[in-house]
Amino acid sequence: MAGIPHDHYEPKTGGEKWLHSRLPIVGLLYDTIMIPTPKNLNWMWVWGIILTFCLVLQIATGVVLVMHYTPHVDLAFASIEHIMRNVNGGHFIRYLHMNGASLFFVAVYAHIFRGLYYGSYKAPREVTWIIGMLIYLCMMGTAFMGYVLPWGQMSFWGATVITGLFGAIPFIGEPIQTWLLGGPAVDNATLNRFFSLHYLLPMVIAALVALHIWAFHTTGNNNPTGVEVRRGSKAEAEKDTVPFWPYYVIKDLLALAVILAIFFAIVGFMPNYLGHPDNYIEANPLATPAHIVPEWYFLPFYAILRAFTSDVWLVQLASFVTGGIIDAKFFGVLAMFGAIIVMALAPWLDTSSVRSGRYRPMFKWWFWLLVIDFFALMWLGAMPAEEPYASFSLIASAYWFAYFLVILPLLGVIEKPLAQPDTIEADFDAHYPPKDEAKGAGAATPAE
Amino acid sequence: MSHAEDHEGTRRDFLYYAAAGAGVVTTGAAVWPMVNQMNPSADVRALSTIRVDVSGVAPGTQLTVKWLGKPVFIRHRTEDEIAEAQQQEEAFAAGQNVVDTNARNANLADSAAPATDANRTLPSPEGQPAQAWLVQMGVCTHLGCVPLGNAGDFGGWFCPCHGSHYDLAGRIRKGPAPENLPVPPAEWVDDSTILLG
Repeated sequence: MAGIPHDHYEPKTGGEKWLHSRLPIVGLLYDTIMIPTPKNLNWMWVWGIILTFCLVLQIATGVVLVMHYTPHVDLAFASIEHIMRNVNGGHFIRYLHMNGASLFFVAVYAHIFRGLYYGSYKAPREVTWIIGMLIYLCMMGTAFMGYVLPWGQMSFWGATVITGLFGAIPFIGEPIQTWLLGGPAVDNATLNRFFSLHYLLPMVIAALVALHIWAFHTTGNNNPTGVEVRRGSKAEAEKDTVPFWPYYVIKDLLALAVILAIFFAIVGFMPNYLGHPDNYIEANPLATPAHIVPEWYFLPFYAILRAFTSDVWLVQLASFVTGGIIDAKFFGVLAMFGAIIVMALAPWLDTSSVRSGRYRPMFKWWFWLLVIDFFALMWLGAMPAEEPYASFSLIASAYWFAYFLVILPLLGVIEKPLAQPDTIEADFDAHYPPKDEAKGAGAATPAE
Repeated sequence: MSHAEDHEGTRRDFLYYAAAGAGVVTTGAAVWPMVNQMNPSADVRALSTIRVDVSGVAPGTQLTVKWLGKPVFIRHRTEDEIAEAQQQEEAFAAGQNVVDTNARNANLADSAAPATDANRTLPSPEGQPAQAWLVQMGVCTHLGCVPLGNAGDFGGWFCPCHGSHYDLAGRIRKGPAPENLPVPPAEWVDDSTILLG
């Protein structure tokens, strides 16, 4: 892999040389795990490892659950109860899988907002960012289809509402919806294909994760200062970095241990806290639950979907300009997907030459407002579709778009950034002054 | 570039295009069955018409039946409801809370027929009051939830998911739904049986 100069793998024994000349896989793993990593990374850089753990956890528990689950409308709900009551340890494996999805999304949101604050999406890391957004989309698809499998009331009606989004596309919407569902409504055909795709998509995610890692190993990690690692020589680079193994692996494992302590407390003591009780009622196509709520991690975008009703002037304008092709329903769908698309376009919308939010005095305020906005939308998505929540949702949705489409482009022009440190080493030394002025081994000194 | 430089189509060019064309056609032929298998299967398509016995549906009540995997509301109106529906129609004609002016009735030859009460209801069997029967899909035109009967600001149906209000004739009057509840193909087989589809 290109990028920061560092030592490469040299096969030593005869066996290593034999394998290396035929398949240099050990060298690939060595270079991946020994990548020079900026030595000033803070705790917000642990989420990558947490996410990797989540993917492994979900695939492992998922493979096991499939051994006991039956994808059929008459049997699915009962097979979940079978897992919960009869399968040895089945209830715990299922609770791990259910709450594992929530941990996955907690980590991915922390990871995304980390990237937004420290400008990790900016050149040259745009491809890493775009792949990350694709992973996030795949995660949403996987989580949505997984939630349908227990065939409870929320499973069924959530599937009905979300596949209904495709029906909102002008002209071709209804054939697409019928094709997706395999019939006029959510039924056995839908359940079976969702089961198939729920098993397939995590493999796609695993492949995208490999590309994500490859991309940022090519550019090198970002860091809290946003200042690049010096690459003039190996000695220079070693002043700014430490190898990922063992330094960051050990640090990340500590973070993982702390997070898993909380995670297992939730799985053990309150496993259904993040779920919805209606999903323990078997699906009934003739009765809608009083209040359909998606899982918590979809709520911000669900709030945006619902915010644009036909009495909003922007919706009326869009409808007028397009001669009625874009109605309130399709506008809501466009807004929901648009909310993710504008985020994916952040590398090109942000005009500031300064990468890290740490040195952007105005940006900071808008960023934290975006974080508050995100949680506000999450809360509003869970509220019923009535006043005053409808108006709040509209304001919060408007800010989400304004942040990416107006504030990020303008700030780069009007903001006066603070002075950045010259090097990562300087930033590191400012936090951890060298104890020995006689200058030790530079990069070999970990953060003690 | 002058015409003199245009090179003649050679035998090799032809082979390139023919091979590439054959490759595209073959790939398409291989992909299409993979796409088409997701469309409704024969058993799903077969359940497209059903007969419903409505002899037990007294005035003021509603029967919900499942047709094409979706609920259909068969509403038998009382005299009072017929009168109230007339008042709602007058308000609708006056432009109050109008969202969709199309009848959305699959039984009418004119697909642009206005959403009057007469155009929305099923013609009654002989001996029963006019506009006493309303047959419509029980699927909110917003995102497909099942609206609740006798609810909402207009006494018709209310969708609990995103707050769409339908009046006594199933017209959308308020909320995010864009269209009136659609009226499926329906006709009387005899005085107490409706054929759907």
